Amino acid sequence: MIDASIERLLREFTPQVLGTVVRRFRDFAAAEDAVQEALLAAATQWPDDGLPANPRAWLTQVALRRMTDRIRSESARRRREEDLLHRSEAAPEHLAPEPVGMEEDDTLVLLFMCCHSALTPASAIALTLRAVGGLTTAEIAKAFLVPEATMAQRISRAKQSIRDSGIPFQLPTAGERTERLRAVLHVLYLIFNEGYTSSGGAHLQRLELSSEAIRLTRLLRNLLPDDPEISGLLALMLLTDARRLARTTSEGDLIPLDRQDRALWDRRQIAEGVALVSAALRKGAVGIYQLQAAISAVHDEAARAEDTDWPQILALYDLLRRITDNPMVALNHAVAAAMVNGPANGLELLDALNADPRVANHHRFHAVRAHLLEMAGDAPAAARHYRAAAAKTASLPERNYLLIQAARLADSRN
Amino acid sequence: MKFILMMSAPKENWDSFAKWSKEDFERNAAFMRAFSQELRDSGTFVASEGLAWPNEARVVRARSDGEPITDGVFPESKEFLGGYWIIDVEGPEQAYRIAALVSAAPGSGGKPGNIPIEVRQVLSAFSDPGL
Repeated sequence: MIDASIERLLREFTPQVLGTVVRRFRDFAAAEDAVQEALLAAATQWPDDGLPANPRAWLTQVALRRMTDRIRSESARRRREEDLLHRSEAAPEHLAPEPVGMEEDDTLVLLFMCCHSALTPASAIALTLRAVGGLTTAEIAKAFLVPEATMAQRISRAKQSIRDSGIPFQLPTAGERTERLRAVLHVLYLIFNEGYTSSGGAHLQRLELSSEAIRLTRLLRNLLPDDPEISGLLALMLLTDARRLARTTSEGDLIPLDRQDRALWDRRQIAEGVALVSAALRKGAVGIYQLQAAISAVHDEAARAEDTDWPQILALYDLLRRITDNPMVALNHAVAAAMVNGPANGLELLDALNADPRVANHHRFHAVRAHLLEMAGDAPAAARHYRAAAAKTASLPERNYLLIQAARLADSRN
Repeated sequence: MKFILMMSAPKENWDSFAKWSKEDFERNAAFMRAFSQELRDSGTFVASEGLAWPNEARVVRARSDGEPITDGVFPESKEFLGGYWIIDVEGPEQAYRIAALVSAAPGSGGKPGNIPIEVRQVLSAFSDPGL
């Protein structure tokens, strides 16, 4: 088992080392393999030999040497000139010291590459976790509950797609930047959710995905400190993750926001999230992550569920609806409207979503309707919709929760 | 998201399967190997198993004292699971496309079998926030 501090160090250096190797050799796929080999070498040698004086330089040297070995053995295979190439020293320009200050840009370039829209979300997630996050294929496979060979194949295909799409190893142009950054933020958001929504009970090992997403978003924010949406996303993650301990029972059963023990919320994370989103909103370029973070902050700042400032949440959802047509935002907006104006208003807003095929078949649509019907005092209809939602969800804890709500309503009538 | 693809057939079809020609068997086996390899190469494979012939299949229930009661002589029309694949894909459409591939596995005379494949999502602890 490798020491946690070594592991942290290795993961911190991964994108910097990889960036250096890719920039010199212009072969992302091969460089990525070489860096993984260097990380493995460090993980086996450092615990016994102690940390090298300059760990990053050590990793870079090993990775560059692996690259030159690889190139050498490939050309040997190709040209059958083994004698000539055998035992020759590595090309000196590949082992020259690294100019200072390049590694930050490199990390950014890597993030943009791994989250490129040419990749499917699952591939982008896997590649980001490995190339930027420094997780091993085995760790990523375990987090997504698939065999290691499957994850290895997914990563190798992702690298192939990058090669085929001919994306240059450089920062996106000013014209592409907004779109490319949006893709990066979306991938980080997906990694966070994958970890967060499944962190409970038997799936505790997946917890690491949300902290990894927070770590990577922090890294991105350090590189681009002036972008308010990056700060917004980091704030959203912190404000959501702050409730992690309160959101499930020890058996992994879900506890809804209004019934959570707020003493379990992480006050330090909430304070950091609130400060981040407040500063971001003051910059004036409002975006979806800042607004969602602001909504999370309003929830987190209420001492009790009944103290929640619903009018403010409703106003924020109104703003959010103006900049995104995401149907889940419309659903949450209906809940906020019900909390401010009463359930009839929320149900009216839901009726307007009936025609949207993205929503009408989603379990959340039925769950929200059930919740609002229950608020309106129509227990039989609420139970029916809780059951309809249970039949549509693909999450086991969520299905249990919804069925228990339906059963609770049926019991209360007897 | 993960899906299970289940290939079932009535007992009578298993009996006609046993009467295929050597070429039919070889063609089908080669197809299934290639299909499985394709799942692995595309990074979607999670698990797969084939099940033994249903002749010895038993349905077990607990008696009131907890002892097993077995039931085992089934009509020819009863469906039996032959095997399954669990795949991890981007969405249901991709699962359906993969199910259609294996449904077309060659049967007698090399014609596509068009075997029905039941596709069901596998429950997880993960809930899609949909944003």
